[in-house]
Amino acid sequence: MHKRIAMVAMLAAAFGANAADNSELAAIRAQIDEMKRAYEQRIAALEQKLSQAEARSVAPAPNPAPVAAPSAAGVAPPANAERPQRSSGGASSFNPEVSLILQGQYKQMKDVAERGITGFWPAGGHDHGEGAIEGINKRGFSVDHTELVLAASIDPYWRGQAILAMVDGAVEVEEAWFQSLGIGQGIGLKGGRFRSGIGYLNEQHPHMWDFADAPLMYQAMFGTHGSYANDGVQLKWLAPTETFIELGAEIGRGANFPGTDRNKNGSGAAALFAHVGGDVGVANSWRAGVSYLNTRAKARSAHFAGVSDDEVEGLFDGRSGTWVADFVWKWAPNGNPKYRNFKFQTEYFQRREKGDLTCATPEDAATAVSCDGNTSAYRTRQSGWYAQGVYQFTPNWRAGLRYEQLDSGSRDLGANAASFVVDSYRPKKATAMIDYSWSEFSRVRLQFAHDKSMQGIIDNQVTLQYIMSLGAHGAHKF
Amino acid sequence: MKNFVFSLFFGLTVGLVPAAHADLAIFATVPEWGALAKEIGGDKVKVYTATTALQDPHRIEAKPSLLAQARRANLLVATGAELEIGWLPLVQRDSGNAAIQVGQPGYFEAAAQVTRLDVPASVDRSHGDVHAGGNPHIQLDPRNVLKVGEKLAARMAELDPPQAAAYKAGFAAFAGKWQAAMARWEKEAAPLKGVAVLVHHESFSYLFNWLGMRSVGALEPKPGIEPTSGQLTSLLARQPTQPARMVLRAAYQPDGPSAWIAGKAGIPAVLLPFTVGGTPEAKDLVGLFDDTVQRLLKALK
Repeated sequence: MHKRIAMVAMLAAAFGANAADNSELAAIRAQIDEMKRAYEQRIAALEQKLSQAEARSVAPAPNPAPVAAPSAAGVAPPANAERPQRSSGGASSFNPEVSLILQGQYKQMKDVAERGITGFWPAGGHDHGEGAIEGINKRGFSVDHTELVLAASIDPYWRGQAILAMVDGAVEVEEAWFQSLGIGQGIGLKGGRFRSGIGYLNEQHPHMWDFADAPLMYQAMFGTHGSYANDGVQLKWLAPTETFIELGAEIGRGANFPGTDRNKNGSGAAALFAHVGGDVGVANSWRAGVSYLNTRAKARSAHFAGVSDDEVEGLFDGRSGTWVADFVWKWAPNGNPKYRNFKFQTEYFQRREKGDLTCATPEDAATAVSCDGNTSAYRTRQSGWYAQGVYQFTPNWRAGLRYEQLDSGSRDLGANAASFVVDSYRPKKATAMIDYSWSEFSRVRLQFAHDKSMQGIIDNQVTLQYIMSLGAHGAHKF
Repeated sequence: MKNFVFSLFFGLTVGLVPAAHADLAIFATVPEWGALAKEIGGDKVKVYTATTALQDPHRIEAKPSLLAQARRANLLVATGAELEIGWLPLVQRDSGNAAIQVGQPGYFEAAAQVTRLDVPASVDRSHGDVHAGGNPHIQLDPRNVLKVGEKLAARMAELDPPQAAAYKAGFAAFAGKWQAAMARWEKEAAPLKGVAVLVHHESFSYLFNWLGMRSVGALEPKPGIEPTSGQLTSLLARQPTQPARMVLRAAYQPDGPSAWIAGKAGIPAVLLPFTVGGTPEAKDLVGLFDDTVQRLLKALK
């Protein structure tokens, strides 16, 4: 009660003070207005001086023709009244361009203790914090990592971009690179941490995906992150031909799956890629590519089901070679994608791994596993593909279907085959989605997936997802 | 192995470079600047136009074919004012062409040469996809075309000095023809002065500014947001008090919304070429304005 009286008193006092100050305020306002007027006059004078100076500096340039030659009707443009404005130029009037991607979802799916893809090395990938479940595999409501993008020209020769992914208690540097602008001859040089140019989907961030999750193929190749990023350098060359022909090579640290971080000089991963593309008529455009990624792993660890033990740990030493073939076809009536367009996209991969597998006891196991310390040759050859089509039938609505299949292929574990469960399986998944975009910057998506990526489990998943981007207008790759 | 790859790489690069261009290779983002460059340069230039009149220039993708063309261009002629922001920056960066980067002589921005209209006081996406640099559709005021042409000719001469005289002469011939045509259009279009119209998108602000016409509403509730039934109904409700004489759209915009409102309000729906190639009659820049004026006059009758 006392508190309320005190509050009322305070409010009254505040209003009283307000009333008393009104005349003073008016005086201050008048002063400010006068200052404003004075400044505006000064600015106008300065602007005039500036434009005169500009006109002087422009004048010596060769004037190609006497534009002002008045025509018979005397309709020459009123040149005096219209002073060219300075263009904002570039991608944004901000420097640097800043944009923020907000992404989150509601996901309904089966509760599976250790999600993975049967028959494939558990790629793990990018779990935020200890024991955390990857955002993309969370059940119920969740916010994916929030992406902050900063980009700008550094000087006339270089451009830089950083993409920071923020989740509770952690900021991850997704990408941080510089790119050449001034080399010419079709050469592009990129350095830092970047998404590799291999495949088609690899360079695209999750907010650009046509489905709420990465294809199984990308999850099997690179983990739930669904892409391969490297710390290193990339050199690209675009041929001076009418057909788009782009060749690229990358070397780098190779710390990410299927490689591992190693304390070593030299490069841990290398990639080569070639893309070709063009148009067919005005309505169709396409791009096809083939890429190869070579990585090295040292003690790459994952948990497996054991033959006699519940769980055994496998440590892989060796090299991994991945081929990716990709193809994209886009159609839009008259080449105008705003109202209607169709996109078909497919990729295929094949990975061979060769090296040694060492059996170890998982950290949390009570007793040593029977094969503890055994090392034997490890050789696998696995493959997979996906194909998807997305049709935009109005400026706001799109619908898409995706089908994918992997093949656990041949997995030769040598002597360790007696201790590790080696599944032979063909994971499959079919996905349908429909999304609605209010504008280029906001989208909501409903997705159904029939997921048979885990042997013996049929997981029907429902995802309701939003993707919002604010800030600088980003340009998206083809 | 790695060394081999890199030497192969550079070997290819150097080996293929001597495919030098005899002509000035111009990459124009939109048809109007392609046509203008052709008027000035004639057979001294090779012009590639990245889009057609049936494509929304805001929503083009950075297609492989565009990258391949940008790679070989000596001069990139863009509208600027953020019109091509969704695709051109990417094309420039990934082209590996140092000459056409922003700030280089090989990058020419048409909108920077003229006074832009509709410059927003504040840039906030709650107003839709507004351009901080103002309305970028500058080409429908022929005075702008002339200004851009003058600067473009100077830029072409700077980049290709041996042909400087030809570009100068090309522009002089164009300017003469253009000023005569402008006098004709202005005379013909006199009845359009003060005429109130509806537009699909604010594509015609410069045309109205030139001819003294007035836009009394856009079918898009906000720039870049497709017309909604709510917006159309509210425009229709305003018709008795603030009557529009016709509803205009560009060749790349769908006819549905303007046909609907035209039918309800009993006014003609007019398709304007918007740029070169938008109608069969708009074969070149003169044709573009001839046809635009004729279509407007026809709708007025």
